[in-house]
Amino acid sequence: MTSTIESITPSQPQRSSNKGLRWLFGSLLIAVLVCLPVASIFWISLFPEENIWSHLADTVLPHYIETTLLLLAGVGGLSIVIGVSTAWLVTMCRFPGSRLFEWALLLPFAIPAYVIAYVYTDLLEYAGPVQMALRDWFDWRNARDYWFPDIRTLGGAILMLSLVLYPYVYMMARAAFLEQSANIQAASRTLGCNAWQSFFRVSLPIARPGIAVGLSLVSMETLNDFGTVDYFAVKSLSAGIYDTWLNMGNLGGAAQIASMMLIFVVILISIERISRSRQKQFSGADRYGNLDTYQLSGWRAAGALLICGLPFVAGFLLPILLLARYAVIYFDESWTEDFLTIATNSFVLSALAALLCCLIGLLLAYSSRLHGNSKLMKTGIRASGLGYAMPGAVLAIGVIIPFAAFDNGLDSFMREQFDISTGLLLSGTAFAILFAYVVRFLAVAAGSIESSLIKVTPTMDMASRSLGLNSMQTLLRVHLPLIRGGILTGALVVFVDCMKELPATLILRPFNFDTLATQVYQYASDEMIEQSALSALLIVLVGLIPVILLSRSITASRRC
Amino acid sequence: MKKLAALAILPIAAAAMPTQAAEEVNIYSFRQAFLIKPMLEAFTAETGIKTNVVFAKKGLVERLKNEGKNSKADLLLTADTGNLIHAVNQGLAQPVQSEVLDANIPEQYRDPNDNWYALTARSRIVYASKDRVKPGELKSYEDLADPKWKGRICTRSGKHSYNLSLFGSMIAHHGEAEAEKWLAGVKDNLARKPQGNDRAQVKAVYEGVCDLAIGNTYYFGKMLHNKKNPEQVDWANSVNLVFPNQDDRGAHMNITGAAVTKYAPNRDNAIKLMEFLSSTQGQEMYAQVNYEFPVKPGTPLSGLVKEHMSDFKADKLSLSTVAENRTKAAKLVDKVQYDH
Repeated sequence: MTSTIESITPSQPQRSSNKGLRWLFGSLLIAVLVCLPVASIFWISLFPEENIWSHLADTVLPHYIETTLLLLAGVGGLSIVIGVSTAWLVTMCRFPGSRLFEWALLLPFAIPAYVIAYVYTDLLEYAGPVQMALRDWFDWRNARDYWFPDIRTLGGAILMLSLVLYPYVYMMARAAFLEQSANIQAASRTLGCNAWQSFFRVSLPIARPGIAVGLSLVSMETLNDFGTVDYFAVKSLSAGIYDTWLNMGNLGGAAQIASMMLIFVVILISIERISRSRQKQFSGADRYGNLDTYQLSGWRAAGALLICGLPFVAGFLLPILLLARYAVIYFDESWTEDFLTIATNSFVLSALAALLCCLIGLLLAYSSRLHGNSKLMKTGIRASGLGYAMPGAVLAIGVIIPFAAFDNGLDSFMREQFDISTGLLLSGTAFAILFAYVVRFLAVAAGSIESSLIKVTPTMDMASRSLGLNSMQTLLRVHLPLIRGGILTGALVVFVDCMKELPATLILRPFNFDTLATQVYQYASDEMIEQSALSALLIVLVGLIPVILLSRSITASRRC
Repeated sequence: MKKLAALAILPIAAAAMPTQAAEEVNIYSFRQAFLIKPMLEAFTAETGIKTNVVFAKKGLVERLKNEGKNSKADLLLTADTGNLIHAVNQGLAQPVQSEVLDANIPEQYRDPNDNWYALTARSRIVYASKDRVKPGELKSYEDLADPKWKGRICTRSGKHSYNLSLFGSMIAHHGEAEAEKWLAGVKDNLARKPQGNDRAQVKAVYEGVCDLAIGNTYYFGKMLHNKKNPEQVDWANSVNLVFPNQDDRGAHMNITGAAVTKYAPNRDNAIKLMEFLSSTQGQEMYAQVNYEFPVKPGTPLSGLVKEHMSDFKADKLSLSTVAENRTKAAKLVDKVQYDH
């Protein structure tokens, strides 16, 4: 049963023991390492070439801020509507295709935002097939004869980003719905709630931590997106960051804007946390009871099919078909013998990053459970997630600075002491990319794991500890099986995100090193995405395998 | 599972390891790999020197700077003056004395202090609708601010490097205040909010959205010879190329170029590569792959460039001066709300 408990301190028994402190120090150390790039950006923001703010405030800053807020609100709102409604439908209702949609609704996530933006522009612009067909049918001559919504606008950007980002909310909401106890459902129905009331008054509030995690991921992705907004000429704050850095040669000023954006994110997340800080939920052991699903038929089934089908078709099927068409037409230009290597690079880097993010995420979440009262711990964990809210290229600079400082420091030390030059050990290696991925995507894995772990009732810990297991054994034998769904979700998201990651990979990579995403970018950077359709398609296909596998495990975590 | 992961990381480790070939040159490139690959392959075939490339459009200058004296990079290849001169100003390049380079590259196209050299050139011109703009109706960049073009001009973002160079040259020629007035005038004449790349502007002329588009010369070749997208041939055929200011200073020029890094471990090889790229063979290839102008005088022009763009007067304004005005230009773009 869910209970509201003001303060629970499962950590008290072992707070004084050394073993417990190991968790604390271990996770703090890792949190500090993960924070280094963000700290570097804060550091360089102290040394701008000139004060950028008076110029910005006089000219374009209000516009940047307004656009950014509208973008955030639009993408956030639309993602919640799509993500929560579809998650509820596939989890709690049965209708034709509902099993299929369980994983199919995740697929748009595998498509990079800038790719979908390009595909839809191609489809909907004046020279595209849609408008051409309309002109044919209605005998319109030119653009002045009729009105057609312009895709390259703020609204278009909101739609494109929502189509590929809603899976964050869907995934988290679905995991939350799956973890809900069947008893609560039954109780709410017994107490006279109909299906809708039961959803709005019981299930939705219980799922709120999960949905909030999904929403904050969506918001951060939206904030740091540059490819899509740039292509659509939507001037958000990240446009301002790149402009200040590259066109005004003021990296410090750009770092200031990025830092300001980070502070904004922190405030946003804090508000959400405070608003539900008094709400603590734990699920008991009864959650493996079968959920009561609603069997839909007739127009209800058709409605459900439409609600789930639309985002799948618009966010995945249509773009994939178009990409496949380009890939066939441009096969000769796009095919290279290196594809196996390139795909392996992408796959291995992404898999390792997913593994690392989950290990670290688990460590942080569990330490925080053991040391729930430590302010330091809490701050460390929050700070370690900040990398996610930073535009990729800025984060890459944040990785370069400490890595190069370490390499050069070690090199001069070794030269002085032993007359050996170690050169650049870490900079410009695949490890630098891997590190950047962890910094960037740790928040995703940690968020997913944490939202699962806080739902495990502390009585579990107490029971396990009183039966003689230590904290590590409790984690492995009690918690791990319980939160498997959350871990797998985290791993899946990180994996797919890394497959798509572009700006940091571009800047940090070794010589002659390509991933599928950098391969796409080579042509896409000059708006020639047709030539890179094959690579884009491969990103999706390679991403598809784990999406399907993991989606099945997530479902199984309920059914086992 | 762990074994599998260990096995799988092998190719990454192999790719990440510095290759032990005796002769190599390491390049940080702002130009896409597919654009420079043919020349690099020809260079390796001729000299046996292996080329290693990292391509990115931003961040490489910062990477080079932070890597400092241990950086493995030997050569910077850029697609414009902005990044090139920015890197030089940050003290990341070294002067190169080479008789070959001095003989091949005219003074206008190299740094007076020998820190950087241009390898190809392009002009930023006006594409005018064949149907709706009479030949001779537009004569100069200054004319673009004339109210008679109201609602008839398309450009990409004012913040794009190519536009910043053009606006920077306007500041150099007319001073900041005049340039601001001019830019505000151009903004007033825009048919739509700046979006897309140069090619997309010519397409907009074809579609009737606007009558004039600003674009780099090579896009004309890329469209006219586009076998995969025959519709682009129609775009190209719908416009006349207008080289502005032929009666006075000439059309605005930009370059792609190279600089040897300050701590280049393979300095000699880097210079060899630059010399190769400036040779007639290298110039012919480099210019042809992207329909650009060779900088070495006397290099045979590719058919299309020769036919449509060989005879025009180029602005001789120093490229360093243009680069110095970039920040000012970027601020003007904000001031007149060009992109909004």
